[in-house]
Amino acid sequence: MKKNITFKVNGTEHSVEVEPRELLIHVIREKISMTGSHIGCDTSSCGACTILVDGKSAKSCTLLAVQANGKEITTVEGLATAEGLHPIQEGFHLNHALHCGFCTPGMMMRAIEMLEKNPNPTEEEIRWGIAGNLCRCTGYNNIVKAIQWASAKMQDKELPSTEPEFV
Amino acid sequence: MIKCKTSKEIGGMGHSKKRKEDARFIQGKGNYVDDIKLPGMLYMDIVRSPYAYAKIKSIDATKALEIPGVIAVVTGKDLEKYNLHWMPTLMSDTQMVLPTDTVMYQSQEVAAVIATDRYVARDGKEAVVVDYEPMKPLMDPFKAMDEEAPVLRPDKEGKTDNHIWHWEVGDKEKTADIFNSADVVVKQQMHIPRIHVASIETCGCVAAYDKVENHLTMYMTTQAPHAIRTVIALVAGHVGLTEEKIRVISPDIGGGFGGKVPVYPGYVIAIAVSFLTGAPIKWIEDRSENLQADSFARDYHITAEMAGTSDGKIQATRFKVLADHGYTDASANPSKFPTGLFSIGTGSYDYGAAYMEADAVYTNKPPGGVAYRCSFRVTEAVHAIERMTDMFAKKVGKDPAQLRMENFIKKEQFPWASPTGWSYDSGDYHAGLKLAMDTVGYDELRKEQLELRKEGKLMGIGISTFTEVVGAGPAKDFDILGIKMFDSAEIRVHPTGKAIARFGTKSQGQGHETTYAQIIAEELGIPMEHIQIEEGDTDTAPYGLGTYASRSTPTAGAAAAMAARKLRDKAKKIAAHLMEVSEQDLEWEPGKFFVKGAPEKSKTIQEIVFAAYTNHPEGMEGGFEATHYYDPPNLTFPSGAYICIVDVDPDTCDIKVRRFVAIDDCGNIINPMIVQGQVHGGLTQGIAPAMYEELIYDEAGNILNGTFMDYLVPTAVESPSWETGHTVTPAPHHPIGAKGVGESPTVGAPPAIVNAIVDAVHHLGIDHLEIPVTPFKLYKALKAKGYFGDNA
Ligand code: FES
Ligand code: FES
Repeated sequence: MKKNITFKVNGTEHSVEVEPRELLIHVIREKISMTGSHIGCDTSSCGACTILVDGKSAKSCTLLAVQANGKEITTVEGLATAEGLHPIQEGFHLNHALHCGFCTPGMMMRAIEMLEKNPNPTEEEIRWGIAGNLCRCTGYNNIVKAIQWASAKMQDKELPSTEPEFV
Repeated sequence: MIKCKTSKEIGGMGHSKKRKEDARFIQGKGNYVDDIKLPGMLYMDIVRSPYAYAKIKSIDATKALEIPGVIAVVTGKDLEKYNLHWMPTLMSDTQMVLPTDTVMYQSQEVAAVIATDRYVARDGKEAVVVDYEPMKPLMDPFKAMDEEAPVLRPDKEGKTDNHIWHWEVGDKEKTADIFNSADVVVKQQMHIPRIHVASIETCGCVAAYDKVENHLTMYMTTQAPHAIRTVIALVAGHVGLTEEKIRVISPDIGGGFGGKVPVYPGYVIAIAVSFLTGAPIKWIEDRSENLQADSFARDYHITAEMAGTSDGKIQATRFKVLADHGYTDASANPSKFPTGLFSIGTGSYDYGAAYMEADAVYTNKPPGGVAYRCSFRVTEAVHAIERMTDMFAKKVGKDPAQLRMENFIKKEQFPWASPTGWSYDSGDYHAGLKLAMDTVGYDELRKEQLELRKEGKLMGIGISTFTEVVGAGPAKDFDILGIKMFDSAEIRVHPTGKAIARFGTKSQGQGHETTYAQIIAEELGIPMEHIQIEEGDTDTAPYGLGTYASRSTPTAGAAAAMAARKLRDKAKKIAAHLMEVSEQDLEWEPGKFFVKGAPEKSKTIQEIVFAAYTNHPEGMEGGFEATHYYDPPNLTFPSGAYICIVDVDPDTCDIKVRRFVAIDDCGNIINPMIVQGQVHGGLTQGIAPAMYEELIYDEAGNILNGTFMDYLVPTAVESPSWETGHTVTPAPHHPIGAKGVGESPTVGAPPAIVNAIVDAVHHLGIDHLEIPVTPFKLYKALKAKGYFGDNA
């Protein structure tokens, strides 16, 4: 039995037919054709699929699409505005916090919610905060830096240097 | 500080240019294989074996085919009709695409279900009924070597045992003589366990065969698109898919680390089905399938020995390896190197005798033998030599840093002929270790350790000073399936002075779009922002062997410089023509030629390029393009000095990496930011096998941790905050003096970590710990020494 669901993705309303068993990540990627959110596992472990549901970060491989009915969803595609990139996007770019880029959208979405709840996280808080998101490429140092940079930028504070400390 | 020859605007070597590829990745506009959607595309899912070793009695697809949307179920028998049920491995062994009668490892592909939708394909997979007759699998490689062991590969003609090959290098007698008369011999059996690269993107493809044109476009997660095209042509040429009819496109890749070098059965089945149906077929593996069936890395059982004098001079080493290759030898090694570059295992030390031998054996485990972010089998070698060096230091009672300093090959000894036949190009090992010791504050830490010990606290300091060998490789020795391991670059500069360059390699996150542009900018003076880099499409890029084993900078990077130099020579001729002077009167500074002694008389590279299309000298070919295929004269030998500090909880045995200092020497640096990023990532993939990762099988052949729930990829919490630095010893034979770096840290980190942990507990009677060193393993080792008394 197909169900009709209506939800907002990055501000635009979508109405789609889904099977009750369909995962939200598949619907976003294949029916809404927004492929920025990725799939990296089948056990809710990697976080590559992380999006915001009503402002809260969620692993969209672990939600059924029907659970998104009536919700507002933000994906990586919804971060940049006419004014430019979101501070977290800038932070990732300037601090070399991505290599292959596969974990990056999920990592950024997770970081956004973390910074909203805790605008000035310590390094330790950042590391625990993104512990549900795996990155196989970067070794996390620069992801931590990127989040610290975005934290400063979002509060109009003095921006940390983005030069590598490669002595 | 790195000195740059070019301005920031030009952005040649040494500038920490931000990456060009980032824009699409941070905005969700990357184009990975699962993002590809073609009209009429069907989905494939794969039925896999629950048994490690079993006869297939029957496969019943009736129920599956009744499900609306299931189009077909393909078995080995179907493929057999076209002789597509087997394929060659990269090591010229044979591998089933789909079995016709026997399965050889758990999660092996058994049948493929084709459907209109990925959910329906999964339904179909659940509905296929396979009747198996399980047999007792051979899981232990040592038992598989027994004479009475059942023969696993009777399909191979004349095979009467499970032994695959024997390999040896070095001087056996000379080494034995030294061992027989040495003051001190240390010996240790160690296992470098089976692990998995686990790139966050799994493997997959969209195979799109066009019946009308008899043409296949294969979008796939491959690190080596050109080599794969050749392999497909070799496998499928007999059904009409010859090489000119095949286009392999490697889109954005979500991490490779070696796992995307081999050809997996899924790819071949997708091609076969697309060929038979004419529909595009998408196959994307699950994480669990990826961990359970795709190429493993490592799995070397090593007996390592070191001989030396009682005052700490290393005299000889001897390694004996048993390599568990699983069901087939599907290693990704150069043909003539069945153990890859394992023979680098004599390390960074000056001694004259070594002997290494290895035997490979079949078992009922998945096939493989890929690198896991290291140059072919170098991690295994480095772990052995660096552990032995520490054990030797402990045995003779010398500080391990001191002992290394006394044994290092000195910088004036390069090029250095190693006892296993390598010619190390350059290095300054003393400088690297000194910098690492100064950065970490080594002497202070040693004092602190003594103090802590008095209080019953366990703290350890571990060192690893390794030599890597990357950049395969010189055509005379290196090939894969006969194809020489050169690599290529093609540069086209447009009339307005902007360029596109194409390569035979394929980035999986290494940042080639940025670094290759910087190399060309360095040589031609065209701003790197104006140089577009393309890789991964076999229809447009020149042939090359791909990106793995840290070979892209040593080979394709060199090709870029050489092609650019051809263009600079041409530019000089055009400049002389434009300024009506002789070529000898011209001098180059990045971005322009000027007349010696009259610098105001000059032509910029942009003016010169424009002239190549509008006003070139008579007799000269028009245009401004060059291609170079670079055959490296030698490999490059990056090195590193790593120091790790650990604190061990004396009650819980929890191990905390307090600090980790990594000093790398990868020769001249193209982009320090990217090099540092590569080092960070490699270090986390170094701590992973040292403390967390191992693919574990039980005796019945079941994998016990084949999902991300229980295969422990380090998160940001396990991964320490890395401290990095570098020394620069250029590669003398490389056009830009660079060496390759992406994998050094994965190679060098594990022994530094293990040496640190052993150092923390050595005074309690522990000489060695097997990786991954988990708290439980450490607890058991300490308990066995009576550390916890009687009631722990
Ligand atoms: S895909 Fe891995 S957590 Fe969602
Ligand atoms: S950048 Fe590749 S997985 Fe994070």
